[in-house]
Amino acid sequence: MTNYVIEVEGVSKSYGGVIANKSVSMKVPDGKITGLIGPNGSGKTTLFNSIVGYHPIDEGSIKFKGKEISDLRVPQIARLGLLRTFQQTRIYGNMNCIDNMLISVPHRKMGFADMFGEREGKETMEEVERLLDFVGLYEKRKLRSGDLSFGQQKLLEFAMALMNKPEVLLLDEPTAGINPTLINGLIDRLRRANEEFGITLFVIEHNMRVIMNMAESIYCLAHGEMLAHGSPDEIQNDQRVIDAYLGAH
Amino acid sequence: MNSNFSMKLHLPILVFGLAAPFIFPGLQYQIATLWVMVLFALTWDVMGGQMGYNSLGNIFFFGVGMYASAVIQIAQFADVGAFTAARGAVVIEYTDAQYYQGLVLGILASGFVAAATAFALGWTVFGLRGPYFAIGTLGMALAAGELMGTWEWVGGGGGIGMPVFPGSAEAKGLTFYFLTFAAAIVTFVVLQWIYKTRFGLAINAIRDDEEKAEAMGIHTLRYKSVAWAISAFFLGISGALFGNIVGFVEPLEVAFPTVTFGIFMVAMTLLGGKGTLWGPVLGAILFHVIKEATWTYFLGWQWVALGVLIIINVVFFQQGIMGWLMEKYPEKFGIIVEDKGAAK
Amino acid sequence: MWDNIMVLVAAPVFSVQLLLDGLFIGATFALAAYGLALVWGVMNVKNLAQGDFVIAGGYISWWLGTQGIHPLWGLPAAIIIMFAFGWLVYVTIIRRVIDKDLFTSLLATFGLAIVMAQGLNLMFGPEVQTAESDFAIRSMWDNSLTIADIKVLAFVLCGILAVIVVLFMKRSRMGQAIRATAQDPRAARVMGIDTDKVYAFTYSLNAAICGAAGAMISMIWVIQPFYGISHSIRSFVIVTAAGFGNLPGVIMAGLGLGVVENLGGFVFGAEFQQAIVVGLLLAVLVWRQVQQRKLRQVVS
Repeated sequence: MTNYVIEVEGVSKSYGGVIANKSVSMKVPDGKITGLIGPNGSGKTTLFNSIVGYHPIDEGSIKFKGKEISDLRVPQIARLGLLRTFQQTRIYGNMNCIDNMLISVPHRKMGFADMFGEREGKETMEEVERLLDFVGLYEKRKLRSGDLSFGQQKLLEFAMALMNKPEVLLLDEPTAGINPTLINGLIDRLRRANEEFGITLFVIEHNMRVIMNMAESIYCLAHGEMLAHGSPDEIQNDQRVIDAYLGAH
Repeated sequence: MNSNFSMKLHLPILVFGLAAPFIFPGLQYQIATLWVMVLFALTWDVMGGQMGYNSLGNIFFFGVGMYASAVIQIAQFADVGAFTAARGAVVIEYTDAQYYQGLVLGILASGFVAAATAFALGWTVFGLRGPYFAIGTLGMALAAGELMGTWEWVGGGGGIGMPVFPGSAEAKGLTFYFLTFAAAIVTFVVLQWIYKTRFGLAINAIRDDEEKAEAMGIHTLRYKSVAWAISAFFLGISGALFGNIVGFVEPLEVAFPTVTFGIFMVAMTLLGGKGTLWGPVLGAILFHVIKEATWTYFLGWQWVALGVLIIINVVFFQQGIMGWLMEKYPEKFGIIVEDKGAAK
Repeated sequence: MWDNIMVLVAAPVFSVQLLLDGLFIGATFALAAYGLALVWGVMNVKNLAQGDFVIAGGYISWWLGTQGIHPLWGLPAAIIIMFAFGWLVYVTIIRRVIDKDLFTSLLATFGLAIVMAQGLNLMFGPEVQTAESDFAIRSMWDNSLTIADIKVLAFVLCGILAVIVVLFMKRSRMGQAIRATAQDPRAARVMGIDTDKVYAFTYSLNAAICGAAGAMISMIWVIQPFYGISHSIRSFVIVTAAGFGNLPGVIMAGLGLGVVENLGGFVFGAEFQQAIVVGLLLAVLVWRQVQQRKLRQVVS
């Protein structure tokens, strides 16, 4: 019996007259890599935003590990272990990489007194260095993160997410804007995060080669509605998906 | 920041601060005010430079502390309402012990009352960002000045005459001089410590990208509230001290001087370099010294000159002195810049 | 306070008086706020010197009055002089801060506000002034209701000016360029619009609008060098409450603000007048936060 870590049921969301998500239902299985695809404007990022609590949903239910989270706010959901990365890659630009990592430790158990706890305990620093090395940024660790290249910032954001010890990581187009020669390295690290650290991944992707190779099951959105769901093979051969991308509607 | 550099500054300032009232007895008031300015800049920077919440109304806590202390000091020996209503026409006796007790309690209370006010009012402004936060806090300070002026119990528009220091004028001058110097030093030391802890990282993260910080599970509201309370605490104490130095507490000119002291806080920090520990200190010193030295030369145009200085600083020299130094000599500050043309 | 409320209840004509006077002054508030909405919407500059532009315009009118020229001539004079002044300010200050972060432009305009307020103080002294217009004051209903002709005239003029500006924005080339730049500056530049000139014009237009409002305020109310910040706050309250794209909203909010201030000043006492203005600012900001919180957003 598969354990579903995220359960989305009948979720709808509209903005200023536009229906971005209409009655979307889907389930993300625990410990696996699940993909979310769909043509531009199909409502993928809106769905992500709804799941992480970025905005309230109009109707429906979203459960994380069986607990309803649709009425919770972003920081609360993040502290439950559900994290997301951003399409435009967001990091703390004025701080160096090490500091970016240090502040990304899990905050779920922090009380008032912990606010003034020490920045860099020995174990924490070891973890920071290990993860920066994992993404290949060890040599750049003391540089100001805002000065890194776009690709390097994306890796830093990923490392920060891992530092936070999430259970589930929502990745919004992780390979967008990355030099093709670096994509394989990124995919490899994503896979290892899933296999070695046991983090469930839910990935929005436009790069078909990437997502078909990585994901075990894929959901396809079109025009705000859930269109199809299945294994990569099934999805690739699904006529409805092909039509949606080619705009035959 | 390179601790050698820091050390080089600690000592001269300490020595100067301790010796100044004896070397320049005529300038005691001005130098005491200098320490108040340093405290102003340091506390503003917690919110503005380190956390990215540019407040135009921090002076609010200065006034709150001033009034809180005044009330407690007077309450030691008289009914506050009667005292303020009498406006000094009736001489009320008090013992030295009552004075000192009131002073100590007043100073302590001023910090805690101001901090409590910060916690209580955070919700009114923490949902605002950028210019809205600035204008909202500006409004708070202006409103406080106006409303205190209508509250008769604390003297209304006329204000409160503070209890007189039981001792010679020299003794009073020295006492409050060293109290303000101590307040500035304590503020510096506390902030220096705080910035080294997780707190420093968190507020910097909020400054750099608050939404990201929230998305990473950081208790942003908690950090914002505490940062404001810490600023408020020290500002409140400086208010209590300044109220005693000036000798009377008047709502618009003394307690909540929003357009003067309130803006100086910002100007000084920008001049010195916001977001650094020494920037506010240097900026305050430079600002205050230049202001005092040139005030009389401008004969009527001082305020205009001040406004022009603010504009020039904001437009042309945003990074301030420390910012400029950090750009020119990053290694001295422990900042590592990648060699241009180095391999990946 | 309750006594004052009783007066209003017992003699409703008094309420009407306060209401009318509130509307008359509110029209000038709405005009100044419209200028702020322009600058805010087009250039994203939150001009804290707004109120000082208003007061400056007021002093132009008043000064003409002291020279024997009727202050009403101050209206065109203020428009022209303040337009030029606005252009000067844009070129020296605003142009340099427009690309920087928002606090920088706010602080720069605040520095400007200080310079202007202190400058006006040095030029004209700290006394509260009114420009005498010598227009008739009519009374109605057994002398219980007084209406000053100058106030009615000012109200009408505000309306006319607003209409002129709206038509200008809709019909003229510069107006269209302004609206295009407001929507998307980059696209506008690509299409060949000189956005720098658009910004200069917009800022100067705002200064002129404020000057006009100030000219009228000097005749129907009072001016003083340090009253600028109150007017800046009034403009902010109106624009924040109404939203800067919403002209009818700005008008309603402006008129409403005038009425509330006037009534409040009577009910609570004159010493509360300033507190009411700032209080409304805080109320509007809290209200906006509450609104935004429901959407899990902030006010930015």
